[in-house]
Amino acid sequence: MEIVMAIVIGVLFMSATYLMLSKSLLRIIIGTGLLSHGAHLLILTMGGLKRGTVPLLGEEASAYTDPIPQALILTAIVISFGVTAFFLVLAYRAFKELGTDNTERLRGNEGND
Amino acid sequence: MINFLILPLLIPFLTAILLIFCSKNVVLQRWVAGISAFINVAVAFLLVQKVRNNGIQTLNLSSWEAPFGITLVSDMLSALLVLTTTIIAFACVIYSFKSIGIEREKYFYYPALNFMIVGVIGAFSTGDIFNLFVFFEVLLMSSYVLLVLGGTKIQLRETIKYILVNVISSALFVIAVAYLYSVVGTLNMAHISVRLSELGQSGIITVIAVLFLIIFGLKGGIFPLYFWLPGSYYAPPAPVMALFGALLTKVGVYAIMRTYTLFFIHDTGYTHQLLMILSIITIIVGVVGAIAFSDIKKIIIYNIIVAIGVILFGVSVMTPDSLAGSIFYLIHDMIIKSGLFLLIGIIIAITGTSHLRKFSGLIKRYPGLGWTFFIAALVLAGIPPFSGFVGKVLIVKGGFESEHYWGGAIILGSSLLVLFSVMKIFINGFWGTPQNFAGESKVPVRKLLIAPIILVTISVLYGAGSEFIFPYILQAAETLANPSIYIDAVLKEW
Repeated sequence: MEIVMAIVIGVLFMSATYLMLSKSLLRIIIGTGLLSHGAHLLILTMGGLKRGTVPLLGEEASAYTDPIPQALILTAIVISFGVTAFFLVLAYRAFKELGTDNTERLRGNEGND
Repeated sequence: MINFLILPLLIPFLTAILLIFCSKNVVLQRWVAGISAFINVAVAFLLVQKVRNNGIQTLNLSSWEAPFGITLVSDMLSALLVLTTTIIAFACVIYSFKSIGIEREKYFYYPALNFMIVGVIGAFSTGDIFNLFVFFEVLLMSSYVLLVLGGTKIQLRETIKYILVNVISSALFVIAVAYLYSVVGTLNMAHISVRLSELGQSGIITVIAVLFLIIFGLKGGIFPLYFWLPGSYYAPPAPVMALFGALLTKVGVYAIMRTYTLFFIHDTGYTHQLLMILSIITIIVGVVGAIAFSDIKKIIIYNIIVAIGVILFGVSVMTPDSLAGSIFYLIHDMIIKSGLFLLIGIIIAITGTSHLRKFSGLIKRYPGLGWTFFIAALVLAGIPPFSGFVGKVLIVKGGFESEHYWGGAIILGSSLLVLFSVMKIFINGFWGTPQNFAGESKVPVRKLLIAPIILVTISVLYGAGSEFIFPYILQAAETLANPSIYIDAVLKEW
């Protein structure tokens, strides 16, 4: 099972890298979304995919799945959600002000003195 | 009071929340932000004394035993860095009163600044690797806001690049924590160190060590990963630039210091050799940038990169001398870089340009500014009575003693070129024929000068009183050189 997950995560990272190297800003943001999906799935996988019930004490089972990676993912999800929301609004504002979403044209050297 | 070490974290946090509620009342905001920053300096000072007298302070949050809950750890290194952070925050806050402008102040400038200080202090004083990630995100998120606040074209453009780089490095951090968790099965730093020494350094741990170097190198700006830094630090106004230049990259440097002295110490032949090569190339790249540009902001920005290389060279050598030198130089560099950024902020406000060829003769009309800048330049280059000297001497001594002659020689050569790059600003900008400048009448130079003069004075005292400060530095270096001190302090019952 871990092998399958590793391959899927690898494909996610590959797509994310490809998208982040493109010129359109929106594609780059989609790439960051895929990258965080890959990272979150990786935590879940590296914590181990052994069989066991959900980590609720009421289940009274003999084995539970590891609760720590799930808590870590939950933290990482909300953080990447916040950053992505900020990034999207920034891209919107930059499109309004600079009039382009092409990263090739986001160059220059003049200062903000 | 065992909760004492959380206070430097809690004060800016509560201040930030309070300031959100009075965002339109700028005068009240200034008073609250200034007073709380001052109180925090005093608290951090008491924390340093407490660590000096009673050894490493630990706090298990919610009283969960060490490896199972989150532990905050304040050893001498993190206490000293917390003190330095609070001093810089105080200076930048009082500088902001006269320089940042009402419009920015109304739109949550001080709350964002305080949240960034929370993130920096939290990153310095946590003892849990995932908690370190969370504090990194706290400081990065507020740094995005501070970088883009104002919304000029260059800020929008550079913030996009800065966010993208940091989103990637944060995803890599999560990946590295996942790998490390699957190998050792714990997140507490002291416990990870114990588990890693039980396992010995297998191949996978070396891979994780290099992955951590890539992540913290992206945050800190070491050689192949510094490409985002010159552009991003060029965009924001002076006090924000001073905070970024002094604090953000140094958090990455601190994280490398911590992981490379606590976790990955069993195969130093590979990992520390790599760190050494990268740090030497970092010095060379930084020096080349510092002498190539005739834009004063770019010159100081490339000097940040030089300093990161020097500090990490000291870490990679791993002798007690070079570690003490690195710590001494790290604190010196944080203080003097923020001082220099605030000073060039004043120069840019007066002249209306950051280009060296477009102004001259400033010393005629602004002798106070001129001589403060002159002293700051000498401090930066490490001229003997000043504070850059002691750190560099110890790092070079450590390098020569462990027979890394080339590294030591390159550090000595780099000081010369750093001195040349800042003296270029002094000679071209301050000497020569006096001119009339665009912003001259509007700039309250005397009031703006207070903050950089505080920082430069502290820096000079830090160099002159190095005899008095040195026991503190040695205590910090001892913990880095012997991880068992740190582990015993955190895992008491084990």
